[in-house]
Amino acid sequence: MAASIAPTSTSFINKKELDLSAFSLSRPLSLQRCKRTIPKKICSVMAPQQSERSPATTGSVKTAMTMTEKILARASEKTQLSPGDNVWVNVDVLMTHDVCGPGSIGIFKKEFGQNAKVWDREKVVIIPDHYIFTSDERANRNVDILRDFCTEQNIKYFYDIKDLSNFKVNPDYKGVCHIALAQEGHCRPGEVLLGTDSHTCTAGAFGQFATGIGNTDAGFVLGTGKLLLKVPPTLRFVMDGEMPDYLLAKDLILQIIGEISVAGATYKAMEFVGTTVESLSMEERMTLCNMVVEAGGKNGVVPADSTTYKYLEDKTSTPYVPVYSDEKARFLSEYRFDISKLEPLVAKPHSPDNRALARECKDVKIDRVYIGSCTGGKTEDFLAAAKVFLASGKKVKVPTFLVPATQKVWMDLYSLPVPGSGGKTCSQIFEEAGCDTPASPSCGACLGGPKDTYARMNVPQVCVSTTNRNFPGRMGHKEGQIYLASPYTAAASALTGYVTDPREFLH
Amino acid sequence: MAASISASPNPSFTYSQHKLSNSLSPTQSLKFPTISSNPIKSLSSHHLQPPQGATARTVSRATAAPSSSSTGSPTTFHGLCYVVGDNIDTDQIIPAEYLTLVPSNPSEYEKLGSYALCGLPATYSTRFVESNEAKSKYSIVIGGANFGCGSSREHAPVALGAAGTAAVVAESYARIFFRNSVATGEVYPFESEVRICDECRTGDVITIELGESRLINHTTGKEYKLKSIGDAGPVIEAGGIFAYARKTGMIPSA
Repeated sequence: MAASIAPTSTSFINKKELDLSAFSLSRPLSLQRCKRTIPKKICSVMAPQQSERSPATTGSVKTAMTMTEKILARASEKTQLSPGDNVWVNVDVLMTHDVCGPGSIGIFKKEFGQNAKVWDREKVVIIPDHYIFTSDERANRNVDILRDFCTEQNIKYFYDIKDLSNFKVNPDYKGVCHIALAQEGHCRPGEVLLGTDSHTCTAGAFGQFATGIGNTDAGFVLGTGKLLLKVPPTLRFVMDGEMPDYLLAKDLILQIIGEISVAGATYKAMEFVGTTVESLSMEERMTLCNMVVEAGGKNGVVPADSTTYKYLEDKTSTPYVPVYSDEKARFLSEYRFDISKLEPLVAKPHSPDNRALARECKDVKIDRVYIGSCTGGKTEDFLAAAKVFLASGKKVKVPTFLVPATQKVWMDLYSLPVPGSGGKTCSQIFEEAGCDTPASPSCGACLGGPKDTYARMNVPQVCVSTTNRNFPGRMGHKEGQIYLASPYTAAASALTGYVTDPREFLH
Repeated sequence: MAASISASPNPSFTYSQHKLSNSLSPTQSLKFPTISSNPIKSLSSHHLQPPQGATARTVSRATAAPSSSSTGSPTTFHGLCYVVGDNIDTDQIIPAEYLTLVPSNPSEYEKLGSYALCGLPATYSTRFVESNEAKSKYSIVIGGANFGCGSSREHAPVALGAAGTAAVVAESYARIFFRNSVATGEVYPFESEVRICDECRTGDVITIELGESRLINHTTGKEYKLKSIGDAGPVIEAGGIFAYARKTGMIPSA
């Protein structure tokens, strides 16, 4: 359990389980402890003006704090914080994109002056990703505005695209911002990441505080590097049990949202712990945190561990300080799930909390399948879909659209061998299954977008999608029906033309 | 909703709750360090004044008060209401295809207003903004729970403000929408103490008295208590966080 391994464990551990695991696994656990708490690249705390050791990072505290509270305490140069406190937080990274960047820049210039400089040119990350492969002139202009601003401000991290006819000739272009942030090493434990996109919470997978903000707040951050934030109380989700091989993190978060509703975590932090969470890869942890906002959450966090450090090894040389919830930290509520008993889920139209078992929807005829977005367009999402197609050996019965999140994901589809396939790549398996050719990486049709967006739902159809929202009109047409599902369930549904439990093919 | 499915997909679910003492309503979410006493007071002359029928005056922005006290503070909002339900997400407030419009650009700001709430499904037979109109005739939007959920797009409160909405009254708000409403000063996001959206109909004549935290539906003759807008009120009145910060000396005047 993460909690028992972390230097400051938490108060909600099932004591019996802890004792058992401590008896049977004491040696491996202590070994892991060394690995997890003393990663090579972690240096000192960045708060030189403080004379005393900061309890926020040492764990030797008078009043216990959650990891979200600790991150905000460090960032606001305070030793102690409680939920409800409003504090000025120093921002480590501000991300913006082509949809909200121009507006944020407009506010920055209006309020700080035409010649103002951003607070730190290395802490602003600008990622065009939403409306890229479109002939919409205003959308194209918005990317131009970003480019002009980045040139003028000498922004260090700008992932530009100039030649829209072929994304591959744009080496700087990444694609979906939340995945690019992780792949380019901008997500680091213990830090504060703000972004002008609600799914900025994805980065909580790295044990950092990450949340979405509006243009005006982003304009303020561009000028000052600070923002007034309210410290959220934390809801704790303990997921234990071996995850069945037909489930993915998408099922876990759909389960949670179904349980607490689309407003169940409004203003709150969601902390994910337990043996199941520990077993998840970074990409799966990102899926879990990505949809925190669909429950109204302010941020999601997963405690950093060896999986986190390994992912970060070749991506960043910036020192970071992971923090963990104290043993006696106060959580607003705790939810426990035995994941070994969970079944594949979907969220039916028109709300992400409209949960149902995939098998309960087997009579729902569908028109198309969409695999993509920050939620379900990562390399592992496509590997999962390929696994289902491979296991079935059949062809899809409905149009199946594939939109890799980033250029890196796209390259993985054409180069990584799919396990058990005899060396085939995802792209080969998708072609054999009759899917559409993987499209240029971007946010694509997850949020509809301009009318000429690839795979946009322009007529009222029924779609099974690995994306994050299914409110009316989300993927284009107001009367379109979206079933949110895992990549396994999406691929299985493509093969039958109905919403389908992936166990039909995986077993 | 989850309740609508018969078989629970999670047989192993347990739950325990530990209430913190803090109350965490959205109105408490913005506490600026140098806030003086609430400058807003009500004008008695506007109390319960009968409506002027369908010609009820609308306001162009939350910051443009229909009636003012001597200190220039808005005291009442008066106009027709547009009623929506629960979980009105940002795609319904302003569909993603219009996000190419940049709110800080004045001509595009106006255009955003013309698309406000155009993403509502066809079950809403009355349009919020008539086609070929730039503004809505409804200056008050009344909604249910979780208003403004979904994306962080500031285009959402901006579109409502640009359409001439002065205030939204909802049972509850999604966090980012509430924050964006205050930060931009585009609309007052009031919370109702009871579920008003079930008792009001689109086109009802409404007065909101800010100082009294009261909503009056002149059409039905009913009155409702609103939760206090608190410290967010003066920020919206000033026209957003930057204007407020200048007004109160937190940052130098431009």
